[in-house]
Amino acid sequence: MRSRSFVTGFLLAAGSAVGAVVYRRRASRRRERVDLYFGDGSMVSLAEGSPGADRLLAHARELLSTARA
Amino acid sequence: MSPPAAALADLTEISTQIETAVVFDREGTVLESTVDDERAGRLAGTALELLKAAEDARPEAAEPLAQLDVALREGSVFVVTDQDRLIAATTAPEPTVGLVFYDLKSCLRGLAEESKPKPRKRAAPAKKTTRTRAKKDDAKS
Repeated sequence: MRSRSFVTGFLLAAGSAVGAVVYRRRASRRRERVDLYFGDGSMVSLAEGSPGADRLLAHARELLSTARA
Repeated sequence: MSPPAAALADLTEISTQIETAVVFDREGTVLESTVDDERAGRLAGTALELLKAAEDARPEAAEPLAQLDVALREGSVFVVTDQDRLIAATTAPEPTVGLVFYDLKSCLRGLAEESKPKPRKRAAPAKKTTRTRAKKDDAKS
């Protein structure tokens, strides 16, 4: 009886952990962002809300709407 | 078909993820595009503004911008530079970023190779003529 409840609890905890990881991954993928790649191979990623990102996102949004007009 | 037109035709044939693409120079002059001239001009102008804004966001020590991608909920925008020539493209949401960059860079590389002056063909070296000597035995007989 005791071991059964332990297994149930463990499975619930493991399932919640996996669910949280999957949810976070999907949420981060859906976030708007700008990736800048430089000549020396370095890369800067600006997520929405970070300084400088909003201006870039606005230009990109305008470009996308022009392309699909 | 002009070289930029052929390069873009190849690009849209190879990469099914790319919806629209425009090739232009740093002055905003459109060289070729998959959309009409009026929209292509606006796309090139906006892509240049995007590039300038991205250059402003560049860290001081970093080299000039080579490429960028912007992931939006409605789709993605890509810009790749190759010296004086640039290409901007749009895709559906969540594209395979590496693959799109590869295809865009290949397109620009192909254009650069097309515009290079082709080396002149060298004149073929004169053929060596070989004489067959008559064998001594043959000469005697």
